[in-house]
Amino acid sequence: MTQHFPALLIIIPLLSALIVSAMGWIDRRWCFPLAGASLAGALAVSVGLCAQVMAAGPIVYKMAGWRPPIGIVYVIDYLNAPVLVVILSVALLNLISAKTWIERDFAEKLSAYLGLYLLFLAGMVGIVATGDAFNLYVLLEIGSLTGYALIGLGKERAPLSSLNYLFMGTIGASFYLLGIGYIYIATGTLNMADIARIVPTLAGSGTLFLALVICMAGLFVKMALFPMHGWLPNAYSNAPSASAGLIAPLTTKVMIYAMVRVGLTVFTPEFTFSRALLSEAIVWLAVAAIVTGSLLALMQRRLSRMLTYIIVAEVGYMVGGFWLGNKAGVTGATLHIINDAAMTLTLFMAVSAIIWKLGSDRFEDLQGLFGKMPFTMTGFVLAALAVIGIPPTCGFFSKWYLITGGIHAGQWAFVAALLFSSLVNAVLFFRIFEIAFFEPFAEGHGHHDHGPALSEAPVTMVVPLLLAALSLIALGLYSGDIVTKLIQLAIPAGIA
Amino acid sequence: MTDLLPLLAAKYNYWIYTILMMVGLYAMIAKNNLVKKIIGMNIFQTAIILFYVSIAYKKGGTLPIIMGDAHGGGHAAVHAADYINPLPHCLMLTAIVVSVATLGVALALAIKIFRQYGTLEEDDINHQIRMQAGQ
Repeated sequence: MTQHFPALLIIIPLLSALIVSAMGWIDRRWCFPLAGASLAGALAVSVGLCAQVMAAGPIVYKMAGWRPPIGIVYVIDYLNAPVLVVILSVALLNLISAKTWIERDFAEKLSAYLGLYLLFLAGMVGIVATGDAFNLYVLLEIGSLTGYALIGLGKERAPLSSLNYLFMGTIGASFYLLGIGYIYIATGTLNMADIARIVPTLAGSGTLFLALVICMAGLFVKMALFPMHGWLPNAYSNAPSASAGLIAPLTTKVMIYAMVRVGLTVFTPEFTFSRALLSEAIVWLAVAAIVTGSLLALMQRRLSRMLTYIIVAEVGYMVGGFWLGNKAGVTGATLHIINDAAMTLTLFMAVSAIIWKLGSDRFEDLQGLFGKMPFTMTGFVLAALAVIGIPPTCGFFSKWYLITGGIHAGQWAFVAALLFSSLVNAVLFFRIFEIAFFEPFAEGHGHHDHGPALSEAPVTMVVPLLLAALSLIALGLYSGDIVTKLIQLAIPAGIA
Repeated sequence: MTDLLPLLAAKYNYWIYTILMMVGLYAMIAKNNLVKKIIGMNIFQTAIILFYVSIAYKKGGTLPIIMGDAHGGGHAAVHAADYINPLPHCLMLTAIVVSVATLGVALALAIKIFRQYGTLEEDDINHQIRMQAGQ
């Protein structure tokens, strides 16, 4: 049984997506528990895999017994084992948190919505687990297509935002596919380990370099790196709350994982970082992403839109950190994938709880929120501290690695951009704390008694939110273990 | 100029795929009508399919179907160089399915947008959104 865990990881969400969709015709009450159970099952499998990897090293699973490089393999190693656990935890917590939303907004489409939700996860988990470059493209499209549908289900501008996202997403995925074509021309194989074996023999190959550039360009569009970020704020802020809480923490982070995977274990670090000009240019793009993302976030007057621009800046952190090409930078980028997924999840769950109670997330409507929703705001504050990067929350540690990497590489602009962005984040969030804590609640004026009455979001929203917020501290406290027992072992010897 | 023509002729498949790709990309960026954009997206994806299929070709190669009688006569000596590479074609079967699915999702979204705004022209939709925001 345990030897089939890598296959179960994707089979569980894939099959349960079909079962949940079919269950809609039989008995709708079973849909939600089934979806939750399948996610919990997949999460248990991913935790088991992570434990196996930590105990006995990477696992290579041959699909249907076909040997690589002919067959497709799933590889669970030090790099993706923790990412898998995070993805499935995010999905499970968000599913519980979004229960009330899904039941209200998609009452008659419950089974279809949950089917899409699980299918999206099958795509995300597959991207992370696969060891085959073309298989990654197929799973990328599974994850993206379901993502477009999950966003397009929203009201008002959601379908239009989703269609614009679809155009950009298709360009990105197609470029990745084109890059794979060039890899295939140069190496004649699609298995990641096999490509990495052949790449050193092609050190000066122009075809392979073109393949690297095209693959990366495609992934940059998919992860919304500046200046290809235009689709993200609309798509995420117009999406239904239930979908935003799933897609915002996962899609960009999984794409960054794909970049790390392709850069480190397909092209090998020696080749990826061989042209200093390319690395330099990408780090500068990341600097631009961080600065513009932060400044645009400053201009927003709606909480959810502000968060989407923070995501744009955070993408810059990770891309820049990776392309520094040194150990601290790559460690920071990888650690930040995990931390940022948890932080974004907490923030979006808090916003979804606020919108549930207030019907709005405009800054002026947030007055007196600390008195009204103390638990939600506790979670929000913890997540805000993590985004700003205050110890002992997890955001501090990954930012520390990123800054160390920037100093080692002598990329002072990147270091300055990180510090600038931390400063802007502090301004952003303290502005909200000020509105929500100090400004009096509008209706409270007439009575001038004990402030606003307690009116918290449903328990199913608050409990996952607080769990996620606590995980931010736990991830911070255990970040040393995550780095030394997993991430450092995942970084190939070629990186100094 | 004398060097350019043989280059164009020798790599014409790459030129065609590049031109098609740019046509698609242009339509996606510059066209105002959402359905035209969707068609541009499809051209873009088809260009990549063409690229893959053309890299499978070998000079003098034939279809990768091993001819022979039912008694195993065909298995005698198979030279890979005699057959074009079947793998890119198989990959593209998957890519075609993906592009059809993308087209389906895109058209479904376009229908939803049309029902909402009564038009598929992007300018008109943006105008309506601005009017709503102004009120």
